[in-house]
Amino acid sequence: MRKVQVYITLKQGVLDPQGKAIQTSLHSLDYPEVEDVRVGKYIELQVEDGPGLEGRVTQMCEQLLANPVIEDYRIELEEAR
Amino acid sequence: MKVAVIVFPGSNCDRDMYHAAGEVAGAEASLVWYTDTHLLDDVDGILIPGGFSYGDYLRSGSMASTSDIMNKIREHAEKGKPVLGICNGFQILTEAGLLPGALMRNKNLSFMCHQEELVVEDNETVFTTLYDKNEVVRFPIAHGEGNYFCDEETLQELKDNNQIVFTYKNNPNGSVEDIAGIRNKAGNVLGMMPHPERAVEALLGSEDGLRLFQSMIANWRSSNAVNA
Repeated sequence: MRKVQVYITLKQGVLDPQGKAIQTSLHSLDYPEVEDVRVGKYIELQVEDGPGLEGRVTQMCEQLLANPVIEDYRIELEEAR
Repeated sequence: MKVAVIVFPGSNCDRDMYHAAGEVAGAEASLVWYTDTHLLDDVDGILIPGGFSYGDYLRSGSMASTSDIMNKIREHAEKGKPVLGICNGFQILTEAGLLPGALMRNKNLSFMCHQEELVVEDNETVFTTLYDKNEVVRFPIAHGEGNYFCDEETLQELKDNNQIVFTYKNNPNGSVEDIAGIRNKAGNVLGMMPHPERAVEALLGSEDGLRLFQSMIANWRSSNAVNA
Protein backbone atom coordinates (compact mmCIF):
# COMPACT_ATOMS: atom_id res chain seq x y z
CA MET A 1 0.00 0.00 0.00
CA ARG A 2 1.15 3.48 -0.77
CA LYS A 3 -0.35 6.58 0.69
CA VAL A 4 -1.17 9.08 -2.03
CA GLN A 5 -1.93 12.68 -1.18
CA VAL A 6 -3.76 14.87 -3.64
CA TYR A 7 -3.94 18.65 -3.18
CA ILE A 8 -6.57 20.43 -5.25
CA THR A 9 -6.64 24.19 -5.61
CA LEU A 10 -8.49 26.65 -7.79
CA LYS A 11 -6.48 27.78 -10.79
CA GLN A 12 -4.77 31.12 -10.63
CA GLY A 13 -7.12 33.69 -12.11
CA VAL A 14 -10.23 31.82 -10.98
CA LEU A 15 -12.05 33.89 -8.39
CA ASP A 16 -12.22 32.24 -4.96
CA PRO A 17 -15.03 34.00 -3.04
CA GLN A 18 -14.60 31.66 -0.08
CA GLY A 19 -10.92 32.58 0.17
CA LYS A 20 -11.84 36.27 -0.01
CA ALA A 21 -14.36 35.86 2.83
CA ILE A 22 -11.76 34.10 4.98
CA GLN A 23 -9.24 36.84 4.24
CA THR A 24 -11.76 39.47 5.35
CA SER A 25 -12.37 37.54 8.59
CA LEU A 26 -8.64 37.22 9.26
CA HIS A 27 -8.29 40.95 8.77
CA SER A 28 -11.08 41.57 11.26
CA LEU A 29 -9.24 39.30 13.73
CA ASP A 30 -6.30 41.68 13.35
CA TYR A 31 -4.11 39.79 10.91
CA PRO A 32 -3.66 42.57 8.38
CA GLU A 33 -0.58 40.88 6.94
CA VAL A 34 -2.72 38.27 5.12
CA GLU A 35 -2.59 39.31 1.50
CA ASP A 36 -4.43 36.46 -0.14
CA VAL A 37 -6.30 33.27 0.79
CA ARG A 38 -7.04 30.38 -1.52
CA VAL A 39 -9.15 27.44 -0.35
CA GLY A 40 -8.56 23.95 -1.69
CA LYS A 41 -9.21 20.31 -1.01
CA TYR A 42 -7.00 17.56 0.35
CA ILE A 43 -7.71 13.96 -0.60
CA GLU A 44 -5.83 10.99 0.82
CA LEU A 45 -5.84 7.66 -0.98
CA GLN A 46 -4.49 4.27 0.01
CA VAL A 47 -3.51 2.59 -3.23
CA GLU A 48 -2.01 -0.79 -3.98
CA ASP A 49 1.49 -0.17 -5.24
CA GLY A 50 2.34 -1.10 -8.80
CA PRO A 51 3.91 0.12 -12.02
CA GLY A 52 2.42 3.30 -13.38
CA LEU A 53 0.97 4.30 -10.03
CA GLU A 54 1.58 7.99 -10.51
CA GLY A 55 0.11 7.90 -14.04
CA ARG A 56 -3.02 6.22 -12.77
CA VAL A 57 -3.46 8.73 -9.97
CA THR A 58 -3.01 11.50 -12.54
CA GLN A 59 -5.84 9.95 -14.56
CA MET A 60 -8.00 9.80 -11.44
CA CYS A 61 -7.41 13.51 -10.93
CA GLU A 62 -8.25 14.35 -14.54
CA GLN A 63 -11.38 12.18 -14.60
CA LEU A 64 -12.88 12.81 -11.19
CA LEU A 65 -10.87 14.17 -8.28
CA ALA A 66 -10.24 17.57 -9.84
CA ASN A 67 -12.13 19.55 -12.46
CA PRO A 68 -9.39 20.66 -14.88
CA VAL A 69 -11.58 23.53 -16.10
CA ILE A 70 -11.22 25.36 -12.78
CA GLU A 71 -8.77 23.42 -10.64
CA ASP A 72 -5.10 22.46 -10.48
CA TYR A 73 -3.89 19.43 -8.59
CA ARG A 74 -0.65 18.25 -7.09
CA ILE A 75 0.11 14.63 -6.25
CA GLU A 76 2.47 13.46 -3.52
CA LEU A 77 3.41 9.80 -3.22
CA GLU A 78 4.59 8.48 0.11
CA GLU A 79 8.01 6.77 -0.12
CA ALA A 80 7.75 3.08 -0.94
CA ARG A 81 8.24 0.91 2.10
CA MET B 1 -42.75 12.40 -27.70
CA LYS B 2 -41.36 10.19 -24.95
CA VAL B 3 -39.10 11.93 -22.45
CA ALA B 4 -37.29 10.49 -19.46
CA VAL B 5 -36.66 12.49 -16.29
CA ILE B 6 -33.50 11.03 -14.74
CA VAL B 7 -33.68 10.59 -10.97
CA PHE B 8 -30.39 10.43 -9.08
CA PRO B 9 -30.13 10.00 -5.32
CA GLY B 10 -30.54 13.59 -4.17
CA SER B 11 -32.45 14.91 -7.19
CA ASN B 12 -35.29 17.07 -5.93
CA CYS B 13 -36.79 18.83 -8.95
CA ASP B 14 -37.62 15.57 -10.72
CA ARG B 15 -41.35 15.73 -9.94
CA ASP B 16 -41.56 19.35 -11.07
CA MET B 17 -39.83 18.45 -14.32
CA TYR B 18 -42.15 15.46 -14.81
CA HIS B 19 -45.18 17.65 -14.15
CA ALA B 20 -44.02 20.42 -16.49
CA ALA B 21 -42.97 18.25 -19.42
CA GLY B 22 -45.71 15.66 -19.01
CA GLU B 23 -48.89 16.93 -17.42
CA VAL B 24 -48.58 20.55 -18.53
CA ALA B 25 -46.70 20.49 -21.86
CA GLY B 26 -48.08 17.13 -22.98
CA ALA B 27 -45.05 14.90 -23.52
CA GLU B 28 -45.20 11.25 -22.54
CA ALA B 29 -42.92 11.58 -19.51
CA SER B 30 -41.49 8.97 -17.21
CA LEU B 31 -39.30 9.10 -14.11
CA VAL B 32 -36.23 6.89 -14.56
CA TRP B 33 -34.10 5.87 -11.58
CA TYR B 34 -30.43 6.24 -12.48
CA THR B 35 -29.68 2.51 -12.36
CA ASP B 36 -32.48 1.65 -14.81
CA THR B 37 -30.32 2.46 -17.82
CA HIS B 38 -32.29 0.13 -20.12
CA LEU B 39 -35.40 2.30 -19.73
CA LEU B 40 -33.74 4.94 -21.90
CA ASP B 41 -33.62 2.69 -24.95
CA ASP B 42 -36.70 4.06 -26.66
CA VAL B 43 -37.00 7.60 -25.33
CA ASP B 44 -36.86 10.65 -27.58
CA GLY B 45 -35.50 13.13 -25.07
CA ILE B 46 -33.66 13.27 -21.74
CA LEU B 47 -34.39 15.70 -18.92
CA ILE B 48 -31.87 15.97 -16.07
CA PRO B 49 -33.49 17.73 -13.12
CA GLY B 50 -32.15 19.94 -10.37
CA GLY B 51 -31.33 19.00 -6.83
CA PHE B 52 -28.26 17.85 -4.98
CA SER B 53 -27.31 14.57 -6.61
CA TYR B 54 -25.05 12.56 -4.29
CA GLY B 55 -25.24 15.38 -1.76
CA ASP B 56 -22.99 17.52 -3.97
CA TYR B 57 -20.06 15.39 -2.76
CA LEU B 58 -16.68 16.44 -4.19
CA ARG B 59 -18.23 18.97 -6.62
CA SER B 60 -21.84 19.56 -7.67
CA GLY B 61 -22.74 17.02 -10.32
CA SER B 62 -19.37 15.25 -10.31
CA MET B 63 -20.53 11.93 -8.88
CA ALA B 64 -23.61 11.73 -11.12
CA SER B 65 -21.46 12.54 -14.15
CA THR B 66 -19.54 9.28 -13.72
CA SER B 67 -22.60 7.02 -13.33
CA ASP B 68 -23.38 4.40 -15.97
CA ILE B 69 -26.52 6.14 -17.14
CA MET B 70 -24.39 9.05 -18.38
CA ASN B 71 -22.94 6.80 -21.09
CA LYS B 72 -26.44 6.19 -22.37
CA ILE B 73 -27.24 9.90 -22.17
CA ARG B 74 -24.03 10.65 -24.08
CA GLU B 75 -25.14 8.22 -26.81
CA HIS B 76 -28.51 9.95 -27.08
CA ALA B 77 -26.80 13.34 -27.25
CA GLU B 78 -24.51 12.16 -30.03
CA LYS B 79 -27.53 10.92 -31.98
CA GLY B 80 -28.95 14.43 -31.81
CA LYS B 81 -31.76 13.74 -29.35
CA PRO B 82 -32.65 16.65 -27.09
CA VAL B 83 -30.95 16.59 -23.69
CA LEU B 84 -31.91 19.26 -21.16
CA GLY B 85 -30.13 19.78 -17.85
CA ILE B 86 -31.55 22.27 -15.38
CA CYS B 87 -29.66 23.53 -12.33
CA ASN B 88 -27.92 20.43 -10.93
CA GLY B 89 -28.64 18.90 -14.35
CA PHE B 90 -26.55 21.66 -15.93
CA GLN B 91 -23.77 21.00 -13.41
CA ILE B 92 -23.89 17.30 -14.29
CA LEU B 93 -23.68 18.04 -18.04
CA THR B 94 -20.59 20.24 -17.59
CA GLU B 95 -18.94 17.70 -15.30
CA ALA B 96 -19.65 14.99 -17.88
CA GLY B 97 -18.08 17.10 -20.60
CA LEU B 98 -21.28 17.31 -22.65
CA LEU B 99 -21.16 21.08 -22.20
CA PRO B 100 -18.05 23.24 -21.76
CA GLY B 101 -17.11 25.21 -18.64
CA ALA B 102 -17.93 24.73 -14.97
CA LEU B 103 -20.32 26.06 -12.33
CA MET B 104 -18.72 27.55 -9.26
CA ARG B 105 -19.87 29.01 -5.93
CA ASN B 106 -22.01 32.12 -6.35
CA LYS B 107 -19.91 35.23 -6.12
CA ASN B 108 -21.67 36.33 -2.90
CA LEU B 109 -21.39 32.79 -1.40
CA SER B 110 -25.15 32.71 -0.77
CA PHE B 111 -27.75 30.25 -1.90
CA MET B 112 -30.22 32.37 -3.86
CA CYS B 113 -33.86 31.57 -4.53
CA HIS B 114 -35.91 34.16 -6.39
CA GLN B 115 -37.26 35.16 -9.81
CA GLU B 116 -34.77 36.44 -12.37
CA GLU B 117 -35.26 38.09 -15.71
CA LEU B 118 -33.47 36.34 -18.56
CA VAL B 119 -32.81 37.34 -22.14
CA VAL B 120 -33.39 34.73 -24.84
CA GLU B 121 -30.17 35.13 -26.83
CA ASP B 122 -30.77 32.25 -29.21
CA ASN B 123 -34.22 31.18 -30.37
CA GLU B 124 -32.97 28.64 -32.86
CA THR B 125 -32.36 25.70 -30.55
CA VAL B 126 -34.99 22.98 -30.34
CA PHE B 127 -35.80 24.30 -26.86
CA THR B 128 -36.35 27.94 -27.73
CA THR B 129 -38.06 28.25 -31.10
CA LEU B 130 -41.31 29.43 -29.50
CA TYR B 131 -39.55 32.45 -27.97
CA ASP B 132 -38.60 35.65 -29.73
CA LYS B 133 -34.93 36.52 -29.99
CA ASN B 134 -34.01 38.97 -27.19
CA GLU B 135 -37.34 38.34 -25.47
CA VAL B 136 -37.17 38.85 -21.71
CA VAL B 137 -38.61 35.97 -19.66
CA ARG B 138 -38.95 35.35 -15.93
CA PHE B 139 -37.76 32.07 -14.41
CA PRO B 140 -36.92 31.32 -10.77
CA ILE B 141 -33.35 30.55 -9.80
CA ALA B 142 -32.48 28.38 -6.79
CA HIS B 143 -28.79 27.64 -6.49
CA GLY B 144 -25.62 28.17 -4.50
CA GLU B 145 -23.28 27.18 -7.30
CA GLY B 146 -24.48 28.77 -10.50
CA ASN B 147 -21.52 30.99 -11.24
CA TYR B 148 -20.66 29.93 -14.78
CA PHE B 149 -16.96 29.95 -15.56
CA CYS B 150 -14.92 29.09 -18.64
CA ASP B 151 -11.59 30.25 -20.01
CA GLU B 152 -11.28 33.01 -22.61
CA GLU B 153 -10.80 30.59 -25.46
CA THR B 154 -13.95 28.62 -24.61
CA LEU B 155 -15.92 31.83 -24.17
CA GLN B 156 -14.91 32.98 -27.63
CA GLU B 157 -15.97 29.62 -29.02
CA LEU B 158 -19.36 29.90 -27.28
CA LYS B 159 -19.85 33.31 -28.86
CA ASP B 160 -18.63 32.28 -32.31
CA ASN B 161 -21.01 29.32 -32.40
CA ASN B 162 -23.99 31.15 -30.84
CA GLN B 163 -23.97 28.70 -27.95
CA ILE B 164 -25.11 31.20 -25.33
CA VAL B 165 -28.86 30.62 -25.11
CA PHE B 166 -29.94 32.56 -21.99
CA THR B 167 -28.30 35.47 -20.15
CA TYR B 168 -29.29 37.20 -16.91
CA LYS B 169 -30.50 40.79 -17.16
CA ASN B 170 -29.14 41.42 -13.66
CA ASN B 171 -26.39 38.90 -13.11
CA PRO B 172 -27.06 37.42 -9.63
CA ASN B 173 -24.13 35.02 -9.26
CA GLY B 174 -21.04 36.34 -11.06
CA SER B 175 -21.31 34.20 -14.21
CA VAL B 176 -19.01 35.26 -17.04
CA GLU B 177 -20.86 37.33 -19.66
CA ASP B 178 -24.06 36.99 -17.56
CA ILE B 179 -24.45 33.45 -18.85
CA ALA B 180 -27.51 31.59 -17.53
CA GLY B 181 -27.71 28.79 -20.12
CA ILE B 182 -25.62 27.36 -22.94
CA ARG B 183 -25.97 24.70 -25.59
CA ASN B 184 -23.56 22.34 -27.31
CA LYS B 185 -22.37 23.06 -30.84
CA ALA B 186 -24.97 20.81 -32.44
CA GLY B 187 -27.72 22.58 -30.47
CA ASN B 188 -29.46 19.53 -29.01
CA VAL B 189 -27.94 19.72 -25.51
CA LEU B 190 -29.01 22.65 -23.33
CA GLY B 191 -27.90 23.37 -19.77
CA MET B 192 -29.24 26.22 -17.67
CA MET B 193 -29.28 27.24 -14.01
CA PRO B 194 -32.75 28.90 -13.88
CA HIS B 195 -35.83 26.70 -13.57
CA PRO B 196 -38.29 26.84 -16.49
CA GLU B 197 -40.07 23.82 -15.01
CA ARG B 198 -41.07 25.98 -12.03
CA ALA B 199 -42.58 28.59 -14.34
CA VAL B 200 -45.19 26.72 -16.34
CA GLU B 201 -48.43 27.93 -14.73
CA ALA B 202 -49.61 31.44 -13.89
CA LEU B 203 -50.31 30.18 -10.38
CA LEU B 204 -46.55 29.73 -9.94
CA GLY B 205 -45.86 33.37 -10.74
CA SER B 206 -44.75 32.91 -14.34
CA GLU B 207 -45.63 30.65 -17.24
CA ASP B 208 -42.69 31.72 -19.37
CA GLY B 209 -41.05 28.32 -18.95
CA LEU B 210 -43.85 26.39 -20.63
CA ARG B 211 -42.76 27.33 -24.15
CA LEU B 212 -39.38 25.73 -23.57
CA PHE B 213 -41.02 22.32 -23.18
CA GLN B 214 -43.54 23.08 -25.93
CA SER B 215 -40.69 24.03 -28.29
CA MET B 216 -38.94 20.74 -27.60
CA ILE B 217 -42.12 18.76 -28.27
CA ALA B 218 -43.13 20.76 -31.37
CA ASN B 219 -39.67 20.40 -32.92
CA TRP B 220 -39.62 16.69 -32.24
CA ARG B 221 -43.07 16.35 -33.85
CA SER B 222 -42.12 18.28 -36.96
CA SER B 223 -38.83 16.43 -37.41
CA ASN B 224 -40.60 13.13 -36.96
CA ALA B 225 -43.66 14.17 -38.98
CA VAL B 226 -46.06 13.00 -36.28
CA ASN B 227 -49.33 14.76 -35.65
CA ALA B 228 -50.21 12.92 -32.48
